[in-house]
Amino acid sequence: MAQVTFLEAIRQALFEEMERDPAVVCLGEDIGVYGGAFKVTAGLLERFGWERVIDTPISETAIVGAAVGMSYLGLRPVAEMQFMDFIACCFNQITNFAAKSYYRWGAPVPIVIRGPSGGGVHGGPFHSQNPEMYFVHTPGLKVVYPATPYDAKGLLKSAIRDNNPVLFFEHKFLYRRIKEEIPAGDYTVPLGKAVVRRQGRDLTIVTYAAMVHTCLEAAEQLAQEGIEMELIDLRTLLPLDRETILQSVRKTNKLLVVHEDTKTGGIAGEIAALVCENAFEELDGPILRVTALDTPVPYSPPLEERFLPNVNDVVRTARELARY
Amino acid sequence: MPVDVIMPQMGESIFEGTITKWLKKPGQRVERDEPLFEISTDKVDAEIPAPASGILKEIKVHEGETVPIKTVVALIDPEGATTPATEPAQAEEKPAETPAPSEALPEPTPVAPGPTAAPQPVSGEDGRRIRSSPLVRRLAREHNIDLTTIRGTGAGGRISKRDILAVIEARATAPEPSVAAGQAEAAPAPLRLETAVPRERIYFGRYEVQPLSVMRQRIAEHMVLSKRTSPHVYSIDEVDMTRVVEVRNQAKAEFERRFETKLTFMPFFVRACVEGLRAFPTLNASLDGNNLVLHREINIGIAVALDWGLIVPVVKHAEEKNFLGLQRAINDLAERARTKKLKPEEVQESTFSITNPGVFGGLMGLPIINQPNAAILGVGAIQKRPVVIHDAIAIRSMVYLTLSYDHRIVDGAIAHQFIGKVKSILENWQENIL
Repeated sequence: MAQVTFLEAIRQALFEEMERDPAVVCLGEDIGVYGGAFKVTAGLLERFGWERVIDTPISETAIVGAAVGMSYLGLRPVAEMQFMDFIACCFNQITNFAAKSYYRWGAPVPIVIRGPSGGGVHGGPFHSQNPEMYFVHTPGLKVVYPATPYDAKGLLKSAIRDNNPVLFFEHKFLYRRIKEEIPAGDYTVPLGKAVVRRQGRDLTIVTYAAMVHTCLEAAEQLAQEGIEMELIDLRTLLPLDRETILQSVRKTNKLLVVHEDTKTGGIAGEIAALVCENAFEELDGPILRVTALDTPVPYSPPLEERFLPNVNDVVRTARELARY
Repeated sequence: MPVDVIMPQMGESIFEGTITKWLKKPGQRVERDEPLFEISTDKVDAEIPAPASGILKEIKVHEGETVPIKTVVALIDPEGATTPATEPAQAEEKPAETPAPSEALPEPTPVAPGPTAAPQPVSGEDGRRIRSSPLVRRLAREHNIDLTTIRGTGAGGRISKRDILAVIEARATAPEPSVAAGQAEAAPAPLRLETAVPRERIYFGRYEVQPLSVMRQRIAEHMVLSKRTSPHVYSIDEVDMTRVVEVRNQAKAEFERRFETKLTFMPFFVRACVEGLRAFPTLNASLDGNNLVLHREINIGIAVALDWGLIVPVVKHAEEKNFLGLQRAINDLAERARTKKLKPEEVQESTFSITNPGVFGGLMGLPIINQPNAAILGVGAIQKRPVVIHDAIAIRSMVYLTLSYDHRIVDGAIAHQFIGKVKSILENWQENIL
């Protein structure tokens, strides 16, 4: 098996799904001739032609609106946001049309909206955000946010094959930093299933996306102090894999939620409520959060460093919780 | 953390209640289940017991005020156990003429000398506040562990999972020899209704969840307590009620005309039990540790089924009442039980109890002892049955009497002699009831 990057794994998924199903088409800004701002779609145009790899005008509303319409006619479009920050432009198309179409008329919308998100690359406030929670709040959607090349490929394939509108967040910090051996042929990873990345007995950390790697590093440090963290990678935020979370909390009795999204309204609050409702009497300590600050993502590198949760933040908080 | 005292819901359709009287003043100590205040609602006037032991910290709703159910009407500081509260209590003892203003109950905000003067809730002998977690409290409850006895090793002395698991493990490996010996002085742990199986095995299919009424909870606790405390033995005998049925049938119309009260079978059984208890006083007793308390008075508790539960009002001094007096007392108590007019003292101080499953057609029942009694008599349905008399089959009105008794106090020999006495009085009824 060859080592592939996170980005390459996504490209493989797109290639293989387009090979597999002629209904799969890609559309977005500069995805064809230019191969995409991050080169995720490089080579698609050459292989599948302009009818299936469509360069669009600079209008996210038009991209998603067109994708919804194409899906009504039997296609399975994969729409790219050049940066996920721009998804705010097509909020209405996604939340009012894509998400409610099946509910209102029984018309499924098998589209995927994918694109790079997240910070740590000094992209500033418009190119670093984590807008996933706007959509986690919207029934009718699925929201996926993988952390590894294997998952990225398997989950994107599942997303394309799913009959619901799926938002697929690709953390741009991981694109070329994370490499992994993945199996050559076709495989999928199911939507809505979290994975336990590390077994532990002292506390549970629930996280997703780039923070999975931050937390794994923190776990190694804590293990040297004798604190064994259990680490859950959510992979899918909507629908949330409640059972895996609750099962782990019942085992370790302590919970820390880490995310790169800002704190207020982040999924950590939802998970805390879930655990309080279902496993309050299993808790041996408060549910804690390590998240980004409640500010826009700063452009200045030292400020961004301060803004994002890092390994030290996780270690410090986890240590506190373990001792509680 | 202070415990909220709430306005209870006394009936499904009741949404508010009026506080008619506070039985305690702020600063006074209350015990759990001790009457704390009186309320009046559309359906019932009742005394409301304290939900927890501690110091009554604050009264939020005063006498005469009407508030919605579930409103917090007072706060009890449960950990104020060691806080001396003798001064207000003494002031209470002679409340008549001299409400010395300096002795007046402390205002919520006494002028405090320093910033730390706000009273911290304390507990345990050394006044240490117990810090734990939901998990630890659950484990403590499940394993009947007193958290004040554990020293925490968590942050700030908090009792952590590790600490309580260590205690549980130590217990499992070294069973305490002192359990039996220590029983007498150790206050019994407050009972909680236990769930017999893991909770998830209860919820399946379609279901509805109804919270137990306070009365139901009390009954449940009492039944568990009784079964746990007293080894029950059951003795059964059959009594020929033909004569009593005849006596009653003959007297009924005249009795009810003359005394304007219903004539039932119950006073016959009460009268017979009084004679039986006189003859066998160990059945009219309570056990207190190693002492048997033989009651001089015979107070018969009589179970009354209600639409919303069960209550056992007490016919006091049954040994001093004649037949009419017994019947009047029984009818009066039953009627007021059904209209919720019983006073608390009327359901206390029973020395023996009778229950009557026969009312609902039960052939017989094996009742649970009404603590702290030594025994309870179950009266089945009176039915005509073929019985053998002098080698002939006759049709007689028969009843099964069952006696459940505490084998710690009473043995089968006494129990059967008691039933024999009751049987003999009923079968050979002599007393003129008119």
